Amino acid sequence: MDAVLEIAGLQKTYRSRKGVRRALDGFDMVVEAGQVHGFLGPNGSGKTTTLRTLLGLIRPNGGRMSILGQEVPAHLPAVAGQVGAIVESPQFFGNFTARDTLSLLADAGGVRRERVDAVLELVGLRDRAKDRVRTYSLGMKQRLAVASALLKEPRLLILDEPANGLDPGGIREMRTLMRTLSESGMTVVLSSHILGEIQLICDSVTIIAAGRRVAAGSVADVLATHTSSSVKVRLEPGIDLLGAAEILRTAGAQVDLGTDFFTVGNAGNPAQITRILAERQIYVSELTPVAADLESVFLELTGTAPVDGQNRQVDQVAAGWGQ
Amino acid sequence: MGSVSLYRAETRRLVKRRFTKLFTVGALLILAAVLAGVFLTNEKVGPDQVAQATARAQAEYKQSVAATEQIRAECESVQGTPRASEFPPNCEISAPSESDFNPEWYMPPTFGLKDNLPDMITTLAAVLALAAFVIGASFVGAEWSSGGMMNLLLWRPRRLQVLSTKLAALLVGATVLTVVVAAIWTVAFWGVAKTRGNTIGMTSGTWQSFGLMELRALVLVLAAGALGFGLASLGRHTAMALGVAIGVIVVFQFGVAAVLGIAHVKFPELFLAPFWVIAWMSKEYVAQDYDACNYDVRGACQPDTLTITWQMAGSALVVILVLVVGAAMWTMRKRDIT
Repeated sequence: MDAVLEIAGLQKTYRSRKGVRRALDGFDMVVEAGQVHGFLGPNGSGKTTTLRTLLGLIRPNGGRMSILGQEVPAHLPAVAGQVGAIVESPQFFGNFTARDTLSLLADAGGVRRERVDAVLELVGLRDRAKDRVRTYSLGMKQRLAVASALLKEPRLLILDEPANGLDPGGIREMRTLMRTLSESGMTVVLSSHILGEIQLICDSVTIIAAGRRVAAGSVADVLATHTSSSVKVRLEPGIDLLGAAEILRTAGAQVDLGTDFFTVGNAGNPAQITRILAERQIYVSELTPVAADLESVFLELTGTAPVDGQNRQVDQVAAGWGQ
Repeated sequence: MGSVSLYRAETRRLVKRRFTKLFTVGALLILAAVLAGVFLTNEKVGPDQVAQATARAQAEYKQSVAATEQIRAECESVQGTPRASEFPPNCEISAPSESDFNPEWYMPPTFGLKDNLPDMITTLAAVLALAAFVIGASFVGAEWSSGGMMNLLLWRPRRLQVLSTKLAALLVGATVLTVVVAAIWTVAFWGVAKTRGNTIGMTSGTWQSFGLMELRALVLVLAAGALGFGLASLGRHTAMALGVAIGVIVVFQFGVAAVLGIAHVKFPELFLAPFWVIAWMSKEYVAQDYDACNYDVRGACQPDTLTITWQMAGSALVVILVLVVGAAMWTMRKRDIT
């Protein structure tokens, strides 16, 4: 498959009186044609900086980027007509109606005005098209932003948090829309914090943390690579759960207690659990591998899992991530 | 095609904006009020008014002569008494001359097109320039602060082209408005002169001079619009331009005027913007220093003068515009849009 979007070694450094902050630190990303690609990262990890840099709003300090085979930002004007994008929260001039907003963009981009009604219909704003944007809810503004990105019938659609502010029905509609667009041949890059959604609709993902790529590939591959070695252990009724856990801990296992079960985190060889416990006349009634989901992989890779008794700060990640 | 469509979109955006409509209508209402005021406070002067004014001048002259005679008589009657000091020595009280009572001064206000239209053109320029400054600032300032500019740049990632097309749409819009309003303004005051004044002395040369003055008014309006646009773009907010304008007025005009007055600077007008605007509009402004005394051939004391010409004012305008608009373009090219 052809790469629609390629980023290699992207760097962006902000200098201020407070010092130097590396927002992007050699970031890489590849998106193949026709995919719905999830772009994930915790707050302040460099997601929006990457998208802004890609779209010519921010100048990088180093690295290479290309969209649809053309180097950007040098050839961005040539490919901009094929890239629809919303970056961060939807921003529109509040006193214009949705129709005015889109028709002005259509004029500016040399797009047929008929597209305006088509995209308003597509995102469900047909009946509110003549209302001023300032009367819109966040979800409606989000829909308008998606409509503006779709206006020029792009080959590559970049959406930053498109589900922000949407109601559950809206999120489902957005999911269906992404799928439909992808099936029509459009490549979609989707940045979101709703990891369940990403897992449902994305073919591939890139995970960024502190300005670097920490994982990339198809969702299945990323999950497989980071499949946890945890197993869920349930014992026969009436057995002392706490005591059994203590025995395993003494043997070096990482044990987390549940209500009527416990999980062993570093169970590379689950047979060892049954053996150790059986030696003490304790018998296992259930031994199930714990399947990793995108959320846990994300938290592990980005080092942003909450820790009891600690208030994690935005730029703070656990030691050792991606190093 | 691309630039044309962008220009068309920006023109539509400018015209659609409520702020543009509000300030344009506001400016037009102010001008209409000025026009109505001039119309109502002036009247046509005919033989009757001339006769009345002449009669009043004569009557006041005679009254003044009689009063002088009365004072002289009183003066003579108190000679030798302590009250004599209240009067000039030897009762030398000169009688007023008839020329001191010019009938013209007793005429009702009348609108002479040749004499009064220049002031009206300056008023027009000032009102439209103010509107252009605010509309220009808001046109780009609101785009920056609402995020509209970022949106537009996602569609047209040519920053200088986007900003200069916006500026072009503003300047063309301001030109159309100024030309149309100036034409109506001139015709309206020609009407006022016909009905409430006179058109005496109007030659093709005078009309040409008015035409050139209106051209300078147009340049002033465009410069004000570009200045507001440039400042708001630099600060990415309408308030930036308005803040600078207020700052300049408060600090550089009132503040500097007060300091220069205290310091007895020779030509304080040189540092005050309104006099440069007057010089631009009226082709020159002559600043005078009454502390200086230069004896002329008749031995009279003449003040030092300094003339600000329209060329000097125009050059200053160009320098300010190049600095502000140039800086706005440069930062547009260089800055990260976050």
